[in-house]
Amino acid sequence: MTYPKNPSVAYDPWQHLSQFTPARIALGRTGISLPTRANLDFQLAHAMARDAVHIPLDFTQLEQRLNKLGYATQVLQSQAENESVYLQRPDLGRLLNLNSLTELQAQPPLAVDAVIIVVDGLSSKAIEHHAVPFIELLLPALQAKAYQMPPLCLVKHGRVAIGDAIAEHFKARLCILLIGERPGLSSPDSMGIYFTYQAQSGVSTDADRNCISNIHNNGLSYEQALKKLLFLIDGAEQLQLSGVSLKDETTEAGLINQLEANFLLS
Amino acid sequence: MYKSTIQHLGYDFKTLANLMAKATPPRSGDVLAGVAATNNLERVAAQWTLADVPLKQFLNEALVPYESDEITRLIIDDHDSLAFAPISHLTVGDFRNWLLSEQATTETLTAIAPGLTPEMVAAVSKLMRIQDLILVAKKCRVITQFRNTIGLKDRFSTRLQPNHPTDNPAGIAASLIDGLLYGCGDAVIGINPASDNLEATLRLLHLLNDVIERFQIPTQACVLAHVTTTLKAIEQGAPVDLMFQSIAGTQKANDSFGINLGLLAEAHQATLDLRRGTVGNNCMYFETGQGSALSANAHEGLDQQTCETRAYAVARKFKPLLVNTVVGFIGPEYLYDGKQIIRAGLEDHFCGKLLGLPMGCDICYTNHAEADQDDMDMLLSAFAMAGGTFIMGVPGADDIMLNYQSTSFHDALYIRQTLGLRPAPEFEQWLQHHGIFDAHNQLRQQTDIPPLFKASLQQLKNSQS
Repeated sequence: MTYPKNPSVAYDPWQHLSQFTPARIALGRTGISLPTRANLDFQLAHAMARDAVHIPLDFTQLEQRLNKLGYATQVLQSQAENESVYLQRPDLGRLLNLNSLTELQAQPPLAVDAVIIVVDGLSSKAIEHHAVPFIELLLPALQAKAYQMPPLCLVKHGRVAIGDAIAEHFKARLCILLIGERPGLSSPDSMGIYFTYQAQSGVSTDADRNCISNIHNNGLSYEQALKKLLFLIDGAEQLQLSGVSLKDETTEAGLINQLEANFLLS
Repeated sequence: MYKSTIQHLGYDFKTLANLMAKATPPRSGDVLAGVAATNNLERVAAQWTLADVPLKQFLNEALVPYESDEITRLIIDDHDSLAFAPISHLTVGDFRNWLLSEQATTETLTAIAPGLTPEMVAAVSKLMRIQDLILVAKKCRVITQFRNTIGLKDRFSTRLQPNHPTDNPAGIAASLIDGLLYGCGDAVIGINPASDNLEATLRLLHLLNDVIERFQIPTQACVLAHVTTTLKAIEQGAPVDLMFQSIAGTQKANDSFGINLGLLAEAHQATLDLRRGTVGNNCMYFETGQGSALSANAHEGLDQQTCETRAYAVARKFKPLLVNTVVGFIGPEYLYDGKQIIRAGLEDHFCGKLLGLPMGCDICYTNHAEADQDDMDMLLSAFAMAGGTFIMGVPGADDIMLNYQSTSFHDALYIRQTLGLRPAPEFEQWLQHHGIFDAHNQLRQQTDIPPLFKASLQQLKNSQS
């Protein structure tokens, strides 16, 4: 971030470090305070992030995009009937509504290997931008393992734990849930993945899940996220568990430019 | 059964837990849990009733059963009745009076701390206004040490939080330099890793250790991974200064975090054995926050502020260097708006300090909460007036990995300048020695990169041009 010079503002002579991070560094100061321009930048980003929370996910369009790729889908909804209830009642966001339950019960439990669930969460933009390209990588990788899977479940107004009931219904060993993470100022479209082995509604807790977060353009790439997820899946199949006892031990060798990594210590 | 009559209306509160919850100032999490007062009058009736409850009653009536909850057992078994003696005759209401009176000095408050249970402290906080919470907390003094001294009078520390969405070392280093050059980082340089990946944790631990050693910074490092991950890192010979863990106030909630007291004791011992502190050996860093137990559906019918205070019993068992209540992180389901966040932050600080903990506060909010920078400025100002131990320093207040807003390096300078607060003495000396602060602790005008980092940054510039 570079700003037009102003005589009251002390500019930080390390602005070139901004190339290494989207963080708001080297903002300069007037006295010890934030210069006007940096302050307005922040206010703008906050306004955008606030508004992003309230943009609903277009489920019809999402289904169409996935169907076009040849993937079957079904849309489910939590007991939170609208956004306002969703924001205030996390308990309802964890439960499927009656229609969705009926719809699921009409399908015979299949004893599948894995179920993939896509949840709007707090950022519709995250799902709109990242769910489809990620699924395009994920599904072939799971099909290569000869996994049986039900149609992709797209869930409206859901929280992470809503995946447990869905996985339980399909008797799915692996629950893979993609969700829009709450929008940050610098990353309004961050997607997270929650992975649970043998998820059980009302039984599975956060300690039973592994989370891969920050999937967005300035964060984890789809390939990196997939690598982590596949590592966790293999580990879970071996240990027959997920969560705190299952550690992501993937390595990132070669991804980081050595000069960049060590500039402070060279 | 606890009864009272207010305005000709009779109120019954079945249990102490019930009474505590109803007496709690409004917050969305308690409504969500179904334990909040149904109206203002019921809340005040509960407060009147709570004021008459003897402090001793908290030793007789466990809010979560002794048999089923190891934190209740910790609270009861570790209670120091000798320290409790001077106030053992008081009711909750009298206790408030006592705390605000001249009798409660820094010395007496320090002496009674082991005699207080979290529930007693939570109870009295429910009868207090914000100015009471500030006034009493200000009298407490909690000093801890590792490579520097945290919590001295008129000192105010900061955790430098140089997070990055992919744990990229260069990205982290860039935020780290920015923070150090703004005078941040005496409480700890603490990174939240983007994933709980062992290799990433090891790499970050080595990065921080190398920076601290190379530049001889009198501070400590922490990578905020799960205890089990950090224990694995220690097994692999990693340089661990502070062991981190998020903790909560019920056994069930801690289960959902994948921890228990035994595991924490093991982690504490493993870190102590590394003997990396130079001026002291407080080597634990805990984070807490109202609502975490309810979020894990493990609140045991308690209000969230009482749950939170019980987490401090866990913390004090392990003599931490730092305890951080991450007050607005959890979202509006638990703390709805700026008003609720501000009060919660000051309650947590008050309760933690009274129990003898080095309380910091991550003064923060998420983008789905009804809060903004003005609310954070109010909490920051009040927190520092209350003698708060430390806050976070995040570049531009925007955490690009955790996706929330905390306090910035500029915020720390604002509060230090306004209230005349200084960093930890060892760190202050380092800042002055390297020309980052002048002799009066003012940030020096930098027309060039300070000599300390000049070589590293110059080399970088050259290699790219």
